[in-house]
Formats: sequence, structure tokens, C-alpha cells
Amino acid sequence: MPRIRIDGQAYEVKEGLNLLQACLGLGLNLPYFCWHPALGSVGACRQCALLQYRDEEDRQGRLVMGCMTAVADGQILSLKADKARHFRAGVIEALMTNHPHDCPVCEEGGECHLQDMTVMSGHHHRRYRGRKRTFVNQDLGPFINHEMNRCITCYRCLRFYRDYAGGEDLHALASRNHTYFGRASDGPLESEFAGNLVEVCPTGVFTDKPLSQSYTRKWDLQHAPSICVHCSLGCNISPGERYGRLKRVQNRYHHGINGYFLCDRGRFGFGHVNHPERPQQPLVRENGRLRPVAASEGLAELARRLETTERWIGIGSPRATLESNLALRELVGADHFFTGLGSHPNALNRALLELLRLPGVNTPSLREIEACDALLLLGEDITQSAPRMALSVRQAVRGAGRDRAAALNIPPWQAQSVQIAGQNARHPLFISHVTATRLDPIAEATYRASPQEQAALAFAVAHCLCPEAPAPEGLDEQAQSLAEKIAEALLHAKRPLIVTGPSSGALPLVEAAGQVARALLNARPAEACPPALIPVFAECNSLGLTLLTQDAAEADLEQAFALSEHGPVGAIILENDLFRRAPGPLVQGFLERLTQRIVIDSIPSPTLNAADLVLPATSFAESQGTLINNEGRAQPLFPVHALHAERRNSWQWLAAVAGHRALKGFASPADALATCVTAAPELAPLSQALPSAAHPFTRLAVPRMPHRNSGRTAAGANLDVREDQQPQDHDSCLTFSMEGAPAPWLSRQSGIGARLPFSWYPGWNSNQAVHKFKDAVDGPLRGGESGMRLDLVCRDNGWHRPLPVDTEAQGLLAVVQPAIFGGEELSNLAAPVFQRAALPCLRIHPDDAPAWSVADGDRVLVRGASAATELPLRVDPRVARGIALLPPTCPPLGTGPTRVSLRSLGSDPLIATDHPEPTDG
Amino acid sequence: MLSQLRTIWEVFKHSTVKPDTVSYPEEKPYLAPRYRGRIVLTRDPDGEERCVACNLCAAVCPVDCIALQQTQDERGRWRAEFFRINFSRCILCGLCEEACPTYAIQLTPDVELCEYDRQNLVYEKEHLLISGTGKYHDYNFYRRAGKDVGVKERGTGETEAEPVNVRSLLP
Repeated sequence: MPRIRIDGQAYEVKEGLNLLQACLGLGLNLPYFCWHPALGSVGACRQCALLQYRDEEDRQGRLVMGCMTAVADGQILSLKADKARHFRAGVIEALMTNHPHDCPVCEEGGECHLQDMTVMSGHHHRRYRGRKRTFVNQDLGPFINHEMNRCITCYRCLRFYRDYAGGEDLHALASRNHTYFGRASDGPLESEFAGNLVEVCPTGVFTDKPLSQSYTRKWDLQHAPSICVHCSLGCNISPGERYGRLKRVQNRYHHGINGYFLCDRGRFGFGHVNHPERPQQPLVRENGRLRPVAASEGLAELARRLETTERWIGIGSPRATLESNLALRELVGADHFFTGLGSHPNALNRALLELLRLPGVNTPSLREIEACDALLLLGEDITQSAPRMALSVRQAVRGAGRDRAAALNIPPWQAQSVQIAGQNARHPLFISHVTATRLDPIAEATYRASPQEQAALAFAVAHCLCPEAPAPEGLDEQAQSLAEKIAEALLHAKRPLIVTGPSSGALPLVEAAGQVARALLNARPAEACPPALIPVFAECNSLGLTLLTQDAAEADLEQAFALSEHGPVGAIILENDLFRRAPGPLVQGFLERLTQRIVIDSIPSPTLNAADLVLPATSFAESQGTLINNEGRAQPLFPVHALHAERRNSWQWLAAVAGHRALKGFASPADALATCVTAAPELAPLSQALPSAAHPFTRLAVPRMPHRNSGRTAAGANLDVREDQQPQDHDSCLTFSMEGAPAPWLSRQSGIGARLPFSWYPGWNSNQAVHKFKDAVDGPLRGGESGMRLDLVCRDNGWHRPLPVDTEAQGLLAVVQPAIFGGEELSNLAAPVFQRAALPCLRIHPDDAPAWSVADGDRVLVRGASAATELPLRVDPRVARGIALLPPTCPPLGTGPTRVSLRSLGSDPLIATDHPEPTDG
Repeated sequence: MLSQLRTIWEVFKHSTVKPDTVSYPEEKPYLAPRYRGRIVLTRDPDGEERCVACNLCAAVCPVDCIALQQTQDERGRWRAEFFRINFSRCILCGLCEEACPTYAIQLTPDVELCEYDRQNLVYEKEHLLISGTGKYHDYNFYRRAGKDVGVKERGTGETEAEPVNVRSLLP
């Protein structure tokens, strides 16, 4: 380990770092702009200058840029030397010459890296008397504000947007101090990760647009360590609340999962929490109308109704916490608990869980995905269904460039040199999907075919890798050669990765993904790195629900429907809109047959409208519970703000029932978690999260608010001038207050990682303060991060036999295409996300159109086995033949894989005004 | 002894001079314009609200008695959706006035803040907002800020250059 001396103090630092990383890792304050821990160094801003001395005798020293100088043994440096300090102050003075007088009306103010660095380098008096350069802004869509006057030309935005996230529509225009970062013309930023510009930009050029409509400074927001509920990846987020409304979501660092970045659905999709039609208090149906009542009355009503009917069924939900699902299962009994999913999605979830159980196969975290060097995406458009994973896959593909640079001894943080050495080299990425995906441009080869044909391709890959794996029949020559190519790439890769998911709706495809991993394990030498296989699930707690119900013989929605036909039965429906799960007529019939319909939910839905009793559940922002992500990592959710008087966690409603149905083991969140630990043997590692073990690191509570939080004696004074006690949190180590452990003290505690509600440190107001809570700049948070991986029991089910591709079937196979915007229940209630959603339409291949006498732009009646719907039609050459690609908002047309027929209803007025579609290439 | 006599003499002397105190409330003392009394929100010379809801006054308030919420109009001008001062907590320290970057919040020489009901000491924006500019007559923040919200055209502020033509190739 190199030993360096900074300002007379000797330090030992890690090899391979640059001086800026080393200084920040040592806790020293060295200002910087263009460097970013995930984007590396380019040496553009000249802000991190320090003085390096030749030897002990040298009194002059020379200025070096911290971010561009590697640490070396025996270096003698100074941060505090006058020469270095004056240089840094001069640089910031020059950067500030054109900066506008905007801070009071800037959304970045109070968490601005430029403000922090200006204060840090001591520039406080403006000497420049010239005119300031100005720019005309652009409209960048519903997510991002553009205010170019504030730019300091650090190029971080482009380095993130173009190099890291693969976006193409943000450019640098003009030159010198006229450099402009924008699009060719106004319009929404196309990348799914554009929201990260809010945090990447060190000043206020790109700011959070939904937040600026009702803005609150960071210091006034109440935060909690929370988990994103908009897909199955479980990214860590830090939501901010003020006056009872959720204002924004920011990234919360998690070394293994999201790192520094979120997707736009996760960042801007929280609107369901503030939705005006959200149930605010219990509703009881009287004379056909729902009447709001107090919580106590709602509870009494629940108890009364539970007594009136003997038989109850409980319908769980993949978007409810583990605790809520378990409480319902305990209340109604395991035999009467259903997942709220049809038999087919349940079977898919179980098959995906089997993939996690494959012995010898590695389940990678998103960070580990970034190190993979041959990737096969099978039937899942991850940009739409698990977007943050697509960003990791992009880094994996770029890894070829990093490897080339490493071979030339270029350190990985030398971003520009790595890029030049890499020459856009890519690791092989193979994508098999029913239509084009956003990752296609960086793929080595793509395969567009029906899910059965894709499964056949994957089985062929497995057969090429390991002859023991049964070969599929009837694969055409082109697919066969592609299979050989994929097998070759996976076999010779250091860390091969296979990704699959449920969106294709094909069980054989999921099994085939496991087959490839198994074949790969057999084909590769024992000492080689084990192949990685990662499934994506549909919702935030799909895996948790699957783990709870994996052994149940009858847990499908169809069986619940059947049960309701035999005698009177009441149902408790937990956070689930059944009309999204099964064809409308079936759900309607089911609801009508029930004697009692009790719905517990946090959002408005058609199911909720049909209820006799509605109990308002908490949204993720008020919930305390556990979610299990796609890799089997259980992560705790903490409430951001105290409970609204009439709302409860779903499990709390159920636990409050007295009498012979009273639940044991749900007295408090800790109690509920302890009950979860015993619910299934594989959930045992959850006990590490129990309060006894949860915060051994601190006796002082962790404040949810920054210490400067304001307005405590005025915020509620309009209601009553006497101030209430602050809400108390007896269930976690966090407080609903600005009082508690001070940040510097907290930053030294070893267990802080999982419980950091927001990052703030004296002098570091922006989210970049996070390095103060790490031991090394490129490492995890001090004491590890939130969540623990479950010990899933390994199980080998042997080789799967490929089914022959069904060529005789009539009709088009319905496949629902997931969508990042407009494709998920909760985020659809957020106005900005809904604005970005594409017009829902049916897509078919041009060759399929004549058989059904339909044409592009028609309105068509799509008829499935049990339901029909009308949709505008797009004829799209990118869709595989024989597929009817349905929009994510389409209600289910049948149970399981459904074939549909089409009938034209004349041309569609909506689609005529839509923009023309881009074609392939 | 001498000291005691001198003290008695001084006391007697004072019985004949004009008192510094006045018989308040019949008679009002003079309070300078910069005296720190009741807080108001002022308007800019164009008659628009000066407050941009930047939250600095609330942040600096040592007794946390200011609460407000920002909102935006269609031109992007920031305003306070509500602005509340709990005068029953206010210590009239004047830090809010010092922190205000737009001269919106100002303290006045009115110190007569007495109520029988404490609830009446909670002032909302409509109680605080006056129609004048207060002590600073000419300042309009948006003429100096880089953000254009309909007060000035882009690039025509007091210290601004014409907007850059980003398509120009000229050096």
C-alpha cells in the first residue's frame, strides 16, 4: 500500500486510486466538479488542484490535478498550501463569472455542489463586472427543467447521458464559453435515465420539474431509507416529504444494487402517494354508496363483517409487503390464501424462483452484472420491465473497452483515455425478444421470434454447450447458427450472464434460460467463474409472495374463483386490482358471487369501487415492512412520515381484529417481522433485521430531517397555535425530527449504511456527501448496506425437454409488452410518468395484417378466450410474425397464454394524430 | 456621608427634569423606520409580490416560526402558496429580513402585537402582504436574476449579455 504525506500527516492509501479519490476516502475536503465516482476523471474543471513536492527539500512544489494523478509511494502533498488554495479560489471565481444571481429561485439551492465548493474554496466576493453570458433554454419534457445560464461546463451531463447511459439526443453545441448542453430541438429527453442528470449536474442546469411545481428545500424535507416499489430490482431510494405530501425521490446509494443512479420511473413515479382519489379513510357501503367513516368505526365494521360469514378467502398481492401478505394468510388460513395472480403468472414466478435455486449458478447483483463479459437476454425487455438493470447491462457491454484499457495499464478512472483505448469495443450481448428493444443498438445479434421459437433457440444454445441437454426440433438454419454463436461466446467468456423474466409469458422460455445456465456450468472447466443467471420479476415483492406460497397446492386466482361457486364466501382483497389479473367478466362474476368484499388498498381501482368495506392502506412512504427483490434480497422499508390518522399498514388493519380471529405475532413491526422469519425456512436470515440486531451501532436516534429543518412552530399553527408533540417512532432507530445523532458522529458508526435517510455532512449539502459515509470512495457504505440475501435451498431439476413449436394454432399469440412509462400500476398514477407513456396500441407484423383484413391505423377488436378489447393498430415490421403485441394497460383477454383474433372497426381517429412510427435500423 | 448627600441631591434634581418615558398608550413614542417590530411582506416596484418562497427566512429563523410553501405560475415565477408567521413565537430578531435575498420580508416599527387569543397571532400571507415596497423602493429581484419569468426578456437584465446563438460557428 502506497504511503503518502499530506500536509505533514502520513497516510496509507489503496493502490490504483487517484489523489482525489484518496483524499476524499481519507475524509479530507478537496473540492471538485467534473470528477464523479461512477464517471471517472477527465481533468476538465481544474478544481481539485493540490501541491506536490519533489522531495523533503522542495519548498516550491508544483500544482497537480488530484483527479488526474495516481497515488504513488512517497508522495509529499499539500492541500492547504497557499499556492494551491489560491489556485482553487481563482478557478472557482472564473467559473462563477457567468453564474446568474439565481440561488433563491433555483431548485438546486441548499443541495448544490457548486454552492458547497464555492464556500469550500473561499470565494465570496465577486470582482467580475462584465456582462454575464446567457442562453435560451429548451423544454426537455415533463421530468427535467433546463436552465442553461447556470452551466459551468463540467461535461458531467454528457458523460453520464451519452457515455454511461447510452443516450443520443443530448449534445454539446457551440464552443468555448458558449458551450451549450441540449437537444437539437425542444422535446423530452429520450433516455430512461435522464432523471439522474438532476443529481449528476453539480449545479442547477438540470433540475427536478415535478418538484419545482411545489418546491421544498432539501433541508425541509423529511426522509427515510426506503425501497423503490416500481419494479422487482429493489433500488434504494430516499423519498422526501413535507406537509404530508411526498415531494421527490432521490437516489440512496446501495453498492450492490443501484449505485448512484435510478431510472426515471423510480424517480418520478411516486404520484400515487399524493393521488387525490386515494382512499383517505375507511369507506363502508350503505345503500349502494361508499360512506367515509372513522378508523375505529372501520375496524368495528371489519370485525362485524368477519363474524357474519363463516368462510373467508384472502387474496394477497405481489406489491404488498411480506408482513401484509403473511398477516392475511394467517387470518384466513393457508388453505384459503391466494396470491392474487392467475395460475400462469404463478407458474412463471415459481419457474423463475427455480432459476435462483440452480446449484452452482451465481445470482449476480446489478454491480456484478457490470463485470460480466457475455450476455444473453432471453425474452425480457429489461429497459421496460427492470430499467436499472439495463443501465448495468450497458456498463457490462462497455466493459470490453475497459478491459483493453486495463491491458494497456490505463487506470480505470482515466475516463477519456479508457474511452480512446476502448474504441467502442463491446462485449457480446445477444437479445432474443418478440420485438425491438432499446438495447438492440449495442447488441451483437438479435433474434425476433415468438416465445416458443425463442425457447427453442435457448434450448439449442444449451445443446451446443452440452450435448447431454436435449436438442429442440425444427429449428431453422439461421437460428441454429445463431445458437452456435451464442454458445461460443458464453463458453469463452470469463463471466457469462443470462437474464430472463416473465414478460414473454412463456414457461418454456424461463426453463430454457435455466437449461442454458446448467449446460454452461457443465461445459465450463470447474475452476472457471460460475455462470450468472438473473431472473427479473414482475413486481416489487413478487418473489416474497412466491416464497410464501410456493408449497401451497391451490394459490391461483382461478381456484379462488372456483371456491366462490361452492357456498357463501367472503373475501379480503389485499392491495390488488383483480381486473388487471384476470379477464373482466370472470372477475365481475367472482365479485358478485362473494357475500362480503373487503378491500385494503392505497390506490383507487375498479376492484376498490366494488368493495363493501374499504380500508385505506399506507403507501410505501408510510409503510414499515419487508420487500424481497429479484435476487432474493430482503430489504426493509421505513416510513418517511408518520401515519395519517385514518390509514394503517395493511397488516395493522388485520392485526387489530379481536375475538377468535385475532392474530398472534403482529403487535408491532418487529413482531410482524419475527413472525415472517418463522413463516418459511428460507426467510430465516431475516432475523438479522430484527430490532435486537437492527441498530446495535447507536443509542442516539437517526434523524429523518436535516438539522436545519424549519417551520416547526408555524407549520401546523393555522390549525392550532399550541404545538403538538412530534410524532414518535417506537419501531425503528429513526425519529420524525431533526433531533438525534449529528451527521459527523453518525458517519463514524459502523452500521450506518442501511439506515441513512439522506446524505448530508457539514460542508457537503448535495447528495455527493455520500462519500463521507464510506470507507473508500469506490466501496460500499460503512458497515454494509440495507437488505440481506436469503439462503435459497439449491435444487437441480435435471434437463428440460423442449416442446415442439406449435405451428397449427389459430390466431395470433397475445404477448403483453412491458413499458417503463405507462406500464406499471402505481407509476401510472403519477402525472409526469403518464405524460411520457406512448399511445396504447396493438402491434403486429406486416405479414400478419392481410390474413385478418386489417391495416395500419385501424381500430381493431381484439378478441381473446374470455374477453375482448378495442385498440388502435400499428403494423410494425419489428414485431415477430404470429404475435399480437398488446400494450401494458390492456386488460387480460384470457387466462394463460392466449391466442387472439382481430377484426377491423374502421380507421382510428386517435392514431391519425399520432406521430409516424420509426422503422427498424 | 458626602456620597449619600450627593445621591439625595441627584434624586431631587431628577424630580424636576422631563421624563424619558411617555404615557403609553395615550402617547406614542417615536420608533425609527428600521425598528424591529411586526413583519410584513412587500411588493416590488411593479406591484408584484417580492417573495419568491426561497425558504431562507424560515431556515434562519431561530424559533422556527415561519412556514411557507412555494408554488409556480405559468411563467415560472416563484411565489408563496402560503406564508405563515406564528407571532406568538416570533422574537423579532430580524434575521429573516437579513436573510431575504429579495427585500420581501421586512420588519416595521409596529410593535403592538397583543391579542387575548394566541391563535390570532398566527398571520397568513394575506395578513402579511402590504401593497408598497417598504424600506427599499427600487429593487426588483427578477431584473437581476438569470431566470426569466416575464419580468424581462432573456439576456436583457442589468448585467446580462444577449443570448448566445448556439448554431453560430464564429469564434
